[in-house]
Amino acid sequence: MKKERHVLVVFPHPDDEAFGVSGTIATHIKNGTPVTYACLTLGEMGRNMGNPPFTNREELPKIRKKELMEAARTLGIQDLRMMGLRDKTIEFEDDDKMTNLISSLIEELNPSLVITFYPGYAVHPDHNATGAAVIRAVEKMPAAARPTVHCVAFSNDCVEKLGEADIINNITPVNELKLAAIKAHRSQTEATLADMEEKLKNQDPQVMVWLNNERFWTYKFDK
Amino acid sequence: MEVVDVNRVQEAINQLANKDVYIHLETTNGAYASHYDQTFFSAGAYIRNALVRYEIGKITGDGPYRVGLKINLGWVYAEGITHFEMDPQGRLLLAGHDYKGKLAVALEISTTPFD
Repeated sequence: MKKERHVLVVFPHPDDEAFGVSGTIATHIKNGTPVTYACLTLGEMGRNMGNPPFTNREELPKIRKKELMEAARTLGIQDLRMMGLRDKTIEFEDDDKMTNLISSLIEELNPSLVITFYPGYAVHPDHNATGAAVIRAVEKMPAAARPTVHCVAFSNDCVEKLGEADIINNITPVNELKLAAIKAHRSQTEATLADMEEKLKNQDPQVMVWLNNERFWTYKFDK
Repeated sequence: MEVVDVNRVQEAINQLANKDVYIHLETTNGAYASHYDQTFFSAGAYIRNALVRYEIGKITGDGPYRVGLKINLGWVYAEGITHFEMDPQGRLLLAGHDYKGKLAVALEISTTPFD
């Protein structure tokens, strides 16, 4: 993994960082690279309440905030920004406001790498809107000054439309940290992890490939 | 939250009648429904902090339950309610959870705005 000056991670929901990117984050931090994680919402509209329910719509954000802080601590993220937007509303915010929000982070932090979702290929409307805001902010910069942007894509058509990912980070050395980060988002991940536990124990090849490899598409700007 | 107790929910609905109240109402099948099943038609609706006043409100059905509020010029309605809670702020929180514990519908009534 290339040594970066500063990595800025921008995702809308607590736990977006955990599944696809936390090994990459942990590796950068181990390399001594500062990482800022700007998490736009607290996942207020999450649906996992448990059966019987362990929380309710109004208490969930408080739980997810604690989980986010715990995941950040696990990965060694020292600069966690909770941006105060609301889950499932990102695409309805004013586009210029969103662009400016990202621009001011980039201006302040001067990252050499920004990690976000690939707009149009990230399934959840918040993911796509977050990625689009990042792309607009970076696009406004002079080409020579732009940070590299690595995008996460997982829509059903992403490989068909974008080709294979050009960056695949093998994060095996930090996969325990990654699992701990996933576990930190307990309200969201407990059920999924329970399904996976046995496979992880048996080092199921498919699950291990999924766990140990994080793939990104480098965004190519038109001009 | 607790499994709906019709009498307690009805009592709470009655307590909040004929007052200015803030409503949170949502239905959702999750943002990933059409991703996992491309034949699934994804739909949902969400309103938070709508200020209304209802003259009559009822919980009906055999469970999952339906809750309807007759407001000044119209109606508020939710179907699929399974759980309730009167929270420490005196808000009536109603929700419907599917068999996997995922929230599918929520109707909440409060005399003060939600965060």
